Amino acid sequence: MTDPNEIDQTRRDLLIGGALSASVAVLPAVANAQGPDTGGVAATPAPVKAKVALRVNGQRYEMDLDTRTTLLDMLRERLRLTGTKKGCDQGQCGACTVIVDGRRINACLSLAVMHEGAEITTIEGLGTPDRLHPMQAAFVKHDGYQCGYCTPGQICSAVAALDELRRGIPSHVTADLNVQPLFSPQELRERMSGNICRCGAYSNIIEAITDAGGRPA
Amino acid sequence: MKAFTYERARTPAEAAAAAARHPGARFIAGGTNLLDLMKLEIETPPHVIDVNALGLDRIDSTGKGGLRVGALVRNTDLAADQRVRRDYAVLSRALLAGASPQLRNKATTAGNLLQRTRCPYFYDTNMACNKRRPGSGCSAIGGYTRQLAIVGHSEACIATHPSDMAVAMQLLDAGIETVRPDGTARTIPIADFYRLPGGTPHIENTLAPGELITAVTLPPPLGGRHYYRKVRDRASYAFALVSVAAVVLPDGSGRVALGGVAHRPWRVPAAEAALPRGAHAVTDGLLAGARVSTDNAFKVPLVQRTLAFVLADARQGRPA
Repeated sequence: MTDPNEIDQTRRDLLIGGALSASVAVLPAVANAQGPDTGGVAATPAPVKAKVALRVNGQRYEMDLDTRTTLLDMLRERLRLTGTKKGCDQGQCGACTVIVDGRRINACLSLAVMHEGAEITTIEGLGTPDRLHPMQAAFVKHDGYQCGYCTPGQICSAVAALDELRRGIPSHVTADLNVQPLFSPQELRERMSGNICRCGAYSNIIEAITDAGGRPA
Repeated sequence: MKAFTYERARTPAEAAAAAARHPGARFIAGGTNLLDLMKLEIETPPHVIDVNALGLDRIDSTGKGGLRVGALVRNTDLAADQRVRRDYAVLSRALLAGASPQLRNKATTAGNLLQRTRCPYFYDTNMACNKRRPGSGCSAIGGYTRQLAIVGHSEACIATHPSDMAVAMQLLDAGIETVRPDGTARTIPIADFYRLPGGTPHIENTLAPGELITAVTLPPPLGGRHYYRKVRDRASYAFALVSVAAVVLPDGSGRVALGGVAHRPWRVPAAEAALPRGAHAVTDGLLAGARVSTDNAFKVPLVQRTLAFVLADARQGRPA
């Protein structure tokens, strides 16, 4: 087990961490202020912490987290795994897609404390610059991005989408629910519809996934 | 997001009892709707009860020819279940028409039933909303109503129910099994589950405070051809403008339920008797008394044409 607070930190990381701590310290005052619309709810209780133990990219972590911490914020702000991106933070863009216990989910719409014992794979766990995952290599080969912000989510989503297809999970465009769905561009487009690319690299993304999916698993 | 205390419940009865001990508590399962609303402080539970460890994640035979779907069965798993695909295709189709794969991997059967409306005036905390803050008024009425209700609505609320799955459940006459804080169980027929807005749009269903859904039961298969046709502003990953769920039997009789038109999945059994006479007759019955605005008047002909499309497919034997 590794205590994330003992991970080697660069000076820049420490500065960022210091700034974050400072902003956390003022939270109670903000929380006590009148919110935009509390619906008549009484004063907010003070921040609450809870323990969670889970694995990320094969490494075990135990943390004491504010119960409000999303899985996304835990990965980015606590573990400094900033490959997973915060886009909309409301489950509409897919930039935060990670694989939890073999399934892709939106890390922004899940509380970290709900993942006790979970095995989480982020883009950092799929491959490294020296040893790319085949899906990462296919995105590079087919130029499946422009700005790259949605790319980690696209790649995690695509890896899980191919697994769902292999397991025969149907989609909205599957013509016959009772046979194995086809490995087709139409199926891939529907299955990737939870990942928005603001640059519009969709056609190259589909080519990359098609290429990666055509290789042996 | 407001701070909250958190616990992991171990049994359904324990979860319901915990909810009774903490007024305003919320159960969390997938969390895909609740957390979104908590971030906006539309939901501000002081206590959150995690029900994910309750083991309610199986799909079993009821012993009466139907299926009992555990409250925690994920939308992906329900849609992909071989029995559901074969015998309740309208349910698979409805599930697959909703949300994105990431959300369906997390969202649960019970949570899907309990989704809050996507009315933009409910989501915008600067707007008056009787559902969000009872008695504050309704900014949607006289506002932009393209997505909003055309039937069954009130002077207090014109929101629609956002779920696709619930439309299929309504069509199939599902039963909703619950446990109450005192430990007693009951089954609520889905026809009695959702409420129309009336003067209390913040009360959306007939669950008692602290009552926990444990399963959804499906009666024996109806047979026939199953359809779920959803019309939306883009081809995938959008809420319905209107949707039509239908089961059409070989003799032309059957059932129809609508999504995107009312505060609840919309079904009028008397209108279904007109199915052999075609989409126009059925729509007249389904949408009798509809009150539309300039922005959403298109929903009436859209329902009729979508239903006509479904009935044409059924006549020609095309699959769901």
